[in-house]
Amino acid sequence: MTMSRIALAAAAAATFAAGAGTALAQGDPKVLRIVPHSNLAILDPIWTTAYMSRNHGYMIYDTLFGSDEKNQVKPQMVESWTVSPDNRLWTFKLRSGLAFHDGKPVTSEDVVASLARWGKRDAMGTALFTFVDRMDTPAPDTFRIFLREACGFVLEALGKPSSNVPFIMPKRIADTDAFKQIEEHIGSGPYMFVKDQFKPGDKSVYVRNPKYVPRKEPPSGSTGGKQVYVERVEWNLALRDAQAQVSALQKGEVDILEQPAFEHVPALKKDSGITVYTYSPPLQYMARFNHLHKPFDNAKVRQAVLAAFAQEPFLKAQVGVKELYHTCPSMFTCGTPYSSPAGSDIQSKSNMKKAQELLKASGYDGTAIVLMKPTDLAAIQKLPDVAAQLLRQAGFKVDLQAMDWQTLVGRRAKKDPIDKGGWHMFLTAWQGPDIWNPIANAALDTRGEQSGWFGWGKDEKIVELRNQFMRETDDAKKKKLAEAIQVRAFEVGTHVPLGEFDAPLAARKNVTGFFKQTGNFYWNLKKN
Amino acid sequence: MYNFLARRLLATIPVLLIVAVLVFLMLRLTPGDPAAILAGDAANTEQIERIRESLGLNRPILVQFGIWFGNLLSGDLGESFYYKQKVTALIGQRLEPTISLAALTTLFAVLVSVPLGVLAAWRFGGWFDRALMGFSVMGFSVPVFVLAYLLIWFVSLQLGWLPVQGYHRLADGFWLYLKHLLLPAFTLSIIYVALIARVTRASVLEALGEDYIRTARAKGLPELRVLVRHALANAAVPIVTVIGIGVALLIGGVVVTESVYAIPGLGRLTVDAVLARDFPTIQGVILFFSFAYVLINLLVDLSYVFLDPRIRY
Repeated sequence: MTMSRIALAAAAAATFAAGAGTALAQGDPKVLRIVPHSNLAILDPIWTTAYMSRNHGYMIYDTLFGSDEKNQVKPQMVESWTVSPDNRLWTFKLRSGLAFHDGKPVTSEDVVASLARWGKRDAMGTALFTFVDRMDTPAPDTFRIFLREACGFVLEALGKPSSNVPFIMPKRIADTDAFKQIEEHIGSGPYMFVKDQFKPGDKSVYVRNPKYVPRKEPPSGSTGGKQVYVERVEWNLALRDAQAQVSALQKGEVDILEQPAFEHVPALKKDSGITVYTYSPPLQYMARFNHLHKPFDNAKVRQAVLAAFAQEPFLKAQVGVKELYHTCPSMFTCGTPYSSPAGSDIQSKSNMKKAQELLKASGYDGTAIVLMKPTDLAAIQKLPDVAAQLLRQAGFKVDLQAMDWQTLVGRRAKKDPIDKGGWHMFLTAWQGPDIWNPIANAALDTRGEQSGWFGWGKDEKIVELRNQFMRETDDAKKKKLAEAIQVRAFEVGTHVPLGEFDAPLAARKNVTGFFKQTGNFYWNLKKN
Repeated sequence: MYNFLARRLLATIPVLLIVAVLVFLMLRLTPGDPAAILAGDAANTEQIERIRESLGLNRPILVQFGIWFGNLLSGDLGESFYYKQKVTALIGQRLEPTISLAALTTLFAVLVSVPLGVLAAWRFGGWFDRALMGFSVMGFSVPVFVLAYLLIWFVSLQLGWLPVQGYHRLADGFWLYLKHLLLPAFTLSIIYVALIARVTRASVLEALGEDYIRTARAKGLPELRVLVRHALANAAVPIVTVIGIGVALLIGGVVVTESVYAIPGLGRLTVDAVLARDFPTIQGVILFFSFAYVLINLLVDLSYVFLDPRIRY
């Protein structure tokens, strides 16, 4: 053998060995390999409301408060807090030992800057900051919020578990214009983001933050001890084909599928190496009207739709797996403090005859309902077909328009008349925490064209009740107000709740430690 | 030949210009709002408007085109709305997987299909010829994703020989790199085997009827030499043409295979960009594909000189 051949053989052996080494790392119990529900593109969870950006935020940032599995707000970075008797001065003390990934301590100045940026983007944050007079930092571990008047949702806002979550960032990063994306990704959370290994559309990598000091309480929702038992978490962003995801999990190439398709759940349950969990709060389907245009500018027409839209047909068609769905007569996630059946009779006791009568009495002029159907979003794509059928049975003319989800997202933001590209109705799904109180629930913002969310419902009474809810500090009275808001919302038909479903998660049996969550959190997990 | 080369390279400029204008206009005229997508599901109309402003999408189309085209002339394809990275960097990241997949697929396809096509032509009308034609019809008819699922089920899940999904760079180790590419390349090569084998068969069949083949056989040359040296060599021009088109299609159009096997290549980047209405990325990749297509066609044309001595530029 000549020297060059020897060198070639040695090089080949070395590359083979290197390959084998990486292959071994794939099965490493210290590496958790996750297939998230979508692609991660935007790394600023304050700039966008996208759930993937929120989940990325939970990996690397910490929060002042969190919400447990029963929607109770609990402290997270905060050690203790006090409220003045008039509810206008809130003083918070941070836990000791909090530090950012660059080693610098978390100070009250970081907190104030982070809250100020969040308050410019998030709907609930914006609402909170209409009450805020000023914030200050009397000590590095203490900050105060001075309110102009009493506000009943300070803790609910600071502890809100879903987009936009008030994550705490270093001041120099949080000082970034709220409408520009941040460039640095340093938090004080349980994992550190490995930016140079981030490849959009391919993978996102996080390593354990060795300096993170978890709380002592057990994890629940977004609260409690965020214990990390693995060294590295890899999000596989390239694996987007539903069938291939299942095959990869079955072969053990990945450890967790964040959101397997409903139709794969029975097969996954039969696999002895896989466990299917439903640990998150249920998601709620919803039909949303465009209140700006005929015929849905007429409350009586909207009521006819409420009567026609029994929830079961939607759930059966879209979810299919009986144990994964349930009807819910509430506009707030069922099982959470504000949920109630109040006012829901028109829908929960719905029947087609009543819907037809209501439509006849409404003076409906036969306008064809432009119903937008997203063809590429498996999680909701069957709902519009059911809606179209029920609408036709009730006596509506329906123009069911198929499009991709991103076209729908662009079109629903347009207020244009129907003949200029406008729309009448679309259907969507909300994660539980996004709709579990009247401020967070965007469909209940009824300030007409001033309101934030698409559809632009207008009702002065709901606006007034929401204002009262924002100012109320007594829990029992808040619940009553939430009920009154819901009763009125059913009366005027702001939107139609279409039942709830549990999003399944599938994991290899050797991954343990899942707990009741309010999002997709990857702490407390062990890989044996 | 140098004159031909220069002329052809110059001719790519108007082609790319037309592609650039068309892609830019089509993107602006089709429905979908990048700002609404970036803002997320729970964003309100004001937030979307602010994002639209920050992306410069509220400017007149002519102004937007002027800015983009000015940057393009200096070699800057712009920054992705979605990923906040330079489009050239994104294309660079995705080039290796796509080129690797295209190269291995082409290698499989050529190594298998050309001998099969020659053999079928040689045994024209026999059982082998009929079997190959039957396979060819099947190769065209079975959708790539169906084949991919079947192969994953059998090769990866039942036999456990190859991984289900993923891509590793060559730098991670040759075997790791290769074993993640074998199944996707095999899946993708089936349709090209079917196509190239058919074209090879037809071309060689035509060549076998020529006088010089009869002469070669009359001279007593071995049949293998007649087939390879005389028939195949003279039938090479259409075969190389179809291989060239195949390579160009592979670089731009392996979306399904990349999706099923989780290969982060250019096809997947294109789909993601289209779904996110990421205008700069779509414009960048389409321009890149056009350039690659023109370049591969040029190489194919140049190869004719070597394959057929009668052709001179």
